[in-house]
Amino acid sequence: MISANLLAIFYLISGVLFILALRGLSSPETSRRGNLFGIIGMAIAIGVTIVSVGNFSTAFLYLLILLIIGGSIGSFIAFKIPMTAMPELVAGFHSLVGLAAVFVAISAFLNPEVFNLGSPGDIKIASLIEMSLGAAIGAITFTGSIIAFLKLRGIMSGSPITFLGQHYLNLILGISLIGLIIYLCKTQVDTWFWIIIAISFLIGILLIIPIGGADMPVVISMLNSYSGWAAAGIGFTLENTALIITGALVGSSGAILSYIMCKGMNRSFFNVILGGWGATDQTSSSSSKEQKPVKNGNADDAAFLMKNASSVIIVPGYGMAVAQAQHALREMVDALKKNGVKVSYAIHPVAGRMPGHMNVLLAEANVPYDEVFELEEINNDFANCDVAYVIGANDVTNPIAKSDPQSPIYGMPVLDVEKSKSVLFVKRSLSPGYAGIDNDLFYRDNTLMLFADAKKMTEEIVKSL
Amino acid sequence: MEIDPFIFRLSIFILSIFIGYYVVWSVTPSLHTPLMSVTNAISSVIIVGAIIAALAGDSVNLFDTANVFGYLAIILAAVNIFGGFLVTQRMLAMYKKKKDKK
Repeated sequence: MISANLLAIFYLISGVLFILALRGLSSPETSRRGNLFGIIGMAIAIGVTIVSVGNFSTAFLYLLILLIIGGSIGSFIAFKIPMTAMPELVAGFHSLVGLAAVFVAISAFLNPEVFNLGSPGDIKIASLIEMSLGAAIGAITFTGSIIAFLKLRGIMSGSPITFLGQHYLNLILGISLIGLIIYLCKTQVDTWFWIIIAISFLIGILLIIPIGGADMPVVISMLNSYSGWAAAGIGFTLENTALIITGALVGSSGAILSYIMCKGMNRSFFNVILGGWGATDQTSSSSSKEQKPVKNGNADDAAFLMKNASSVIIVPGYGMAVAQAQHALREMVDALKKNGVKVSYAIHPVAGRMPGHMNVLLAEANVPYDEVFELEEINNDFANCDVAYVIGANDVTNPIAKSDPQSPIYGMPVLDVEKSKSVLFVKRSLSPGYAGIDNDLFYRDNTLMLFADAKKMTEEIVKSL
Repeated sequence: MEIDPFIFRLSIFILSIFIGYYVVWSVTPSLHTPLMSVTNAISSVIIVGAIIAALAGDSVNLFDTANVFGYLAIILAAVNIFGGFLVTQRMLAMYKKKKDKK
């Protein structure tokens, strides 16, 4: 048994360790130690909670068994999951946090005595507000993440689902949610509590279905943030410092990532939330344009160009992840380096389906992280580079974002790929990217299109080298 | 005059948001995916609530609804804790610096 004060100090220590865990991520060298701090913080929080309750009867045995079951499932997933599936995995994990928050809120509502919140039917008003908020945000996180997971996994179509009056429906549901929470506080009747959770589940679904596939980086970050706020809500209910600190950290972390992703697309957060590009129906000039000539190349041409270049910049995108081309890509780069070519990688903030997606894939393929650069770091280098190898990226290289105010992506920061002496564009067809806009780059004189699967083409280039 | 303990918790919450703000801005963009998986793991500290709920039972009320929800939450959070930290570890282990020039 430990005193309440000592317990609070231990929770504070966990909270501090969690801060250090995030702090460690400021550089890859310190990150592994940071992760260790996180694990220690978690172990402390779990350990002291068990000791403080001090119940080592059958219930404790169940707890251990459940921990082992959950832990084995989690470990199994963590070791088996391919790196290309990280976005789905993170979305799936968010849904679990959300659902866990809902379950804890339900437990607290049904059995408030163990949490010192009053008795059933007479729960402290403040606690009731906190737990309904925690449950509501948790429920939204849960169903929202499930939808995000299904879309990322390709089980559900990535195209936005919109219907008339959608935003009004969401608004009405949101307002009724607040009304219900007030009503719950007045009456303490459990029916309202269940309805709050049910409506929140519905809101979670409605919130994510209108958002299109390429906006997933924003969605995942946003759900990350929600899972944090849900944890914080529960933290207030349980009067637990570790949970409050963590909730605030995770909530602000997700919010910042959402902001960075939105900025990478030059769109406002609300613009993303209210529906994808596909829904805005900006059928751009692509259909009206006459067929323009395109220079079509093969692997030998590409190999020849790159072998004789002095510097090559690689621009990976979501297509690389889909084709699992990262390993072939690294082989190609190794071969180029043997020929004395200087190679670096340029990563756009929204390349891929989640923040940092491309960096992880390249790291998996043993690409040293100091050869990988962010947009601002490398954008000026395109002018001095001989070949830009665009693999699986499209919209983030479109020069129209700089020149045409009519274009839906106008103002979006793009990689200045067109400034390099020649551009190799690996793509399966001439079809426009997610934004539905024709990429002017395809028709430039210095562009050579390589129509093929990203992985196959890269492998063929390796052979020709 | 006494200050409501809620205000203290609110202070911790607000200050933690600021800490989170500055700490997360200093995270290098190349580690944004591990950032998401590790925040996911630490937010599962919600398991402490589940543990309290689950351990509330003695032999009589082991399977009361409140306890059962506690058990379920423990499984979910445990999947997340182990899965989140381990997958982060796995990712971070892949980030390597350039080897010495040949």
